Amino acid sequence: MNKTGGTIVEPTIFELSSPGRLGVTMPASDVPETALPPKHLLRSELPLPELAEVDVVRHYMRLSKFNYSVDDGFYPLGSCTMKYNPKINEDTCRLPGFLYTHPLQPIETVQGNLVLMFELQEWLKEISGFAGITLQPAAGAHGEFTGVLMMHAYHKSRNDSKRTKILIPDAAHGTNPASAGMLGMSVLTIPSDARGNVDLKALTAACDDTVVGMMLTNPNTLGMFDENIEKVVKMVKDCGGIMYADGANLNALLGIVRPGDLGFDIMHFNLHKTFSVPHGGGGPGSGPVGVSQRLLDFLPSPLVGIVEEGDDDIEPLYGFITPKQSIGRMKAFHGHFGGGLVRAYTYISMHGPDGLKDISQYAVLNANYLQARLRGTYKIPYDRICMHEFVAEGSFEGSDIRALDIAKRLMDYNFHPPTNYFPLIVHEALMIEPTETENKDTLDRFAEALIKIAEEAKSQPELLHNAPHITPFGRMDEVKAARELVLCCWLPENYETMK
Amino acid sequence: MTYIPISPNERDAMLQTVGVKSLDDLFDAVPKKHRFPELDLPPALTEMEAASLLSEMANTNENVREHLISFLGAGAYNHYVPSVVDHMLRRGEFYTAYTPYQPEISQGTLQAIFEYQSLMTNLTGMEVSNASHYDGATATAEAVNLAFAQFRGKRKKIVMSPTVHPQYREVIRTYSQGMGLEEAGNDATADLEVGPEALTSLIDESTMLVVVQYPDFFGRIHDYTKLIEDAHAKGALVCMVANPTALLMLKTPAEMGADIVVGEAQPFGIPLWYGGPYLGFFTTKKSYVHKMAGRLIGETVDNRGQRAYVLTLTSREQHIKRERATSNICTNQGLLALASAVYMSVLGKTGLQQVANLCYQKAHYAAGELSKIDGFGLCFSEPFFHEFVLCCPKPASEVNEYLLEHGIFGGYALGNDYPSLENHILVAVTEMNSKREIDTLVEVLKEMSHE
Amino acid sequence: MNTPSNLKYTKSDEWFDPASGAAGITDFAQSQLSDIVFVELLVDEGEDVTVGNAIASVESVKASAEIYAPAAGKVSAVNKGLSDKPETLNSDPFGEGWMIKIEGGSAGEVMDSTEYEKYCEGRTH
Repeated sequence: MNKTGGTIVEPTIFELSSPGRLGVTMPASDVPETALPPKHLLRSELPLPELAEVDVVRHYMRLSKFNYSVDDGFYPLGSCTMKYNPKINEDTCRLPGFLYTHPLQPIETVQGNLVLMFELQEWLKEISGFAGITLQPAAGAHGEFTGVLMMHAYHKSRNDSKRTKILIPDAAHGTNPASAGMLGMSVLTIPSDARGNVDLKALTAACDDTVVGMMLTNPNTLGMFDENIEKVVKMVKDCGGIMYADGANLNALLGIVRPGDLGFDIMHFNLHKTFSVPHGGGGPGSGPVGVSQRLLDFLPSPLVGIVEEGDDDIEPLYGFITPKQSIGRMKAFHGHFGGGLVRAYTYISMHGPDGLKDISQYAVLNANYLQARLRGTYKIPYDRICMHEFVAEGSFEGSDIRALDIAKRLMDYNFHPPTNYFPLIVHEALMIEPTETENKDTLDRFAEALIKIAEEAKSQPELLHNAPHITPFGRMDEVKAARELVLCCWLPENYETMK
Repeated sequence: MTYIPISPNERDAMLQTVGVKSLDDLFDAVPKKHRFPELDLPPALTEMEAASLLSEMANTNENVREHLISFLGAGAYNHYVPSVVDHMLRRGEFYTAYTPYQPEISQGTLQAIFEYQSLMTNLTGMEVSNASHYDGATATAEAVNLAFAQFRGKRKKIVMSPTVHPQYREVIRTYSQGMGLEEAGNDATADLEVGPEALTSLIDESTMLVVVQYPDFFGRIHDYTKLIEDAHAKGALVCMVANPTALLMLKTPAEMGADIVVGEAQPFGIPLWYGGPYLGFFTTKKSYVHKMAGRLIGETVDNRGQRAYVLTLTSREQHIKRERATSNICTNQGLLALASAVYMSVLGKTGLQQVANLCYQKAHYAAGELSKIDGFGLCFSEPFFHEFVLCCPKPASEVNEYLLEHGIFGGYALGNDYPSLENHILVAVTEMNSKREIDTLVEVLKEMSHE
Repeated sequence: MNTPSNLKYTKSDEWFDPASGAAGITDFAQSQLSDIVFVELLVDEGEDVTVGNAIASVESVKASAEIYAPAAGKVSAVNKGLSDKPETLNSDPFGEGWMIKIEGGSAGEVMDSTEYEKYCEGRTH
């Protein structure tokens, strides 16, 4: 049970269980009884918990209070876009017409769903400047894998088999190389220059006829918009490569610039970042992918399209179509419809073209404002106008304080820490993304907390080393977790004989 | 509608601190000719207008609660979700939190997912569960990745039953196109009457993984013990794609010796939602834990001596291993794993057994009554759980059209996936189908057969 | 930092004992990785390895690394007990933490202990 021997703060549902206790029960059967399958096909026991409804509610309520969330306060996790999630999304995605439609229903009975998906495809095309969109990928990393598969299929269709090398900047998200690795491509890392742009010399040396393409995050994970972006795109495309945009940082670009216009061929969206789908404690996300004209035929199947044209009197009939040289299916059914697509559709519909531009302008304003407020206290290694996020160094001359200590101490000031130790190219990185849904007061309080912590780092370093202090839990023994590997719990050994 | 909480005065003060004159000045790095495109999108709606628009769209659909009687399954099932489940999901503390990277302020998510892992291992009988995958199909594809990594690419053959969900087989094919795999058994024109032993002859020393479904796509319950023994004799791993509702009643995959058990946990508290998001579960033996993709929560203690939970073995993951990672996954289906944990907790052992039993009883009543109709019959004779193949006197698509005119989704027409099953419908029955609904289905089909 | 003078060292932080044929990871490597929680040996007894072949995969709480063969030859022994006690790599990298023995091993490009110490110093700043 309590394998690791710590004091129990909240028992598990297995520990809360009591033999014979009932929760929600089912109606009696209304059909004549059939014998069960032969005994050798049945399980002998079902060791699952037994609790009353009130036990369950209180357990999860107590657990919920151990979490920090966007609804609790400021959550400036870099590259994660932890913006406020409008409550109306929670209502629209639970409309019975969406909740209770089966993915295999005939298309004539789900035209509402299909229209929503079709229009969302059209909107995302317009926002990004791409020629086609698949809504199927389940998350950003899944969208990336979809993109890499399309690159692979594109070169294969041209019998261009010597292309095996993918270019990835050193500031990239770790998922980029991992996605490429899933197709056995070799990864060539391209360094950043002193201004945080792709190093053009290194890129020139790398561009040859073995290049599959380049996966570029722009703005990158330093929060910098690449000042040579058009050159970079041209160089990669001139050597026959495909330009992939990691859309993780799209919150900086809505109505500002369209990646398709810059010459990118592929981009995945993160609807859970840019378009307010809540992060859910780690998912579900939603990662649609946009492509340029030359990759349209390779999109995953199926896509939503018009299968029977309408006229003045009759609405068109929406259904599914399969691209000619499709890479195939990325998951069962049609993407994260209810939890992802409906929320994103709701959000975009409430913004319109001007509202979307506001989002990015204020996201960038907030980041620059925080950067300006912290500049005198923390080293900003790439110091110019940033986009929606920036990176500071979480260490000080002559001090053993690390980014981790600063992050943990921020919790005592009731803030969620920024992303730390990423990107890897910045020493003791603190990557800060405020988003557009924070007001000036919050940003000021956050900046003041960080400035105070910098003072504490000098005067009372132990306060940081031992932080956090006021949270319900302290720092974790991660070595113990990895060495002892207690990955699940069970009912108590004497459970059946318990009263 | 806007969610930006900054007044014009505040904006101006902030611009001044930054040292620029206007918001537009922040974007000088963006190539001028592409800067600030005019987006051709509908004008912004207020919340009230958006709510009404979305209602209208949702109402255009015919759904399986308000309009139609449904016997559609085939990988997504219409089950009752106790009210408590959604009340817990609507807690902002859960749904507006990120991946629990900061364990000191994420113990709610961490403990809930640890409990989810525990519920899944107790259900399947396996030793470890990860924190979940996108859906059942991608979880199955990750089993292929695990096997590939386990044999370090030295074995490249997968033997897959044609009675694994057709879409899951498609996803495996998509995922594995960079691996150069050899596939055997995955043939929809094969003899579908034969049992799992037909796969045995395909397994050899180059086989890394055997994939079967339990109950299979046609609802049949096979005991895979012998097949698994044979596969192990050749050194291959075996992955079972299991339905969690069926596992509440049936012998566990662990008892049969399975190495990996995956599946779709949508039946456990997740709405049909037109196909997603759902919840792929992934369980295996402890010895494969380092090759398993996905998040993993482990128990530990904090520096105050309190029991607590953390993401563990994170160096398996893409952000450290980069291109050497087994998989590029960096999320799980956190909130839906929570949904299924609450579902299992609030129904508890008794409620869950009632659900499984109702599915079984009603499906068998329906099968019995349907097979009495002239020209109709059950396609297979093996034991089944809550889904079965109904053989019809004419093409399944025509039967389904007739049923739809009477407000019924008869089931999934199998002809597209299995050419020999043109006249066959896969019928699913759950606790949501009353006797009256089943009797209506039978009556309508009787009428049809007399026409 | 410990660097026994009878051993040879690689740039990727493996050591090789020309006398016994044993190979493993250095004290510097284990301290950089910090707490090691998993080791998988990727070669079996009797296999031939060439310089630079991956012989093991190591994971710590915060990092992962591939370990490469510092010498070529036939693998005459592998330290099977290591996977049950990965922490041995932290506590005794040159002793109980040996990974494999390479028979008739001819070392690749290697440094002696003084050169290696200098090489490590250059990387700690």
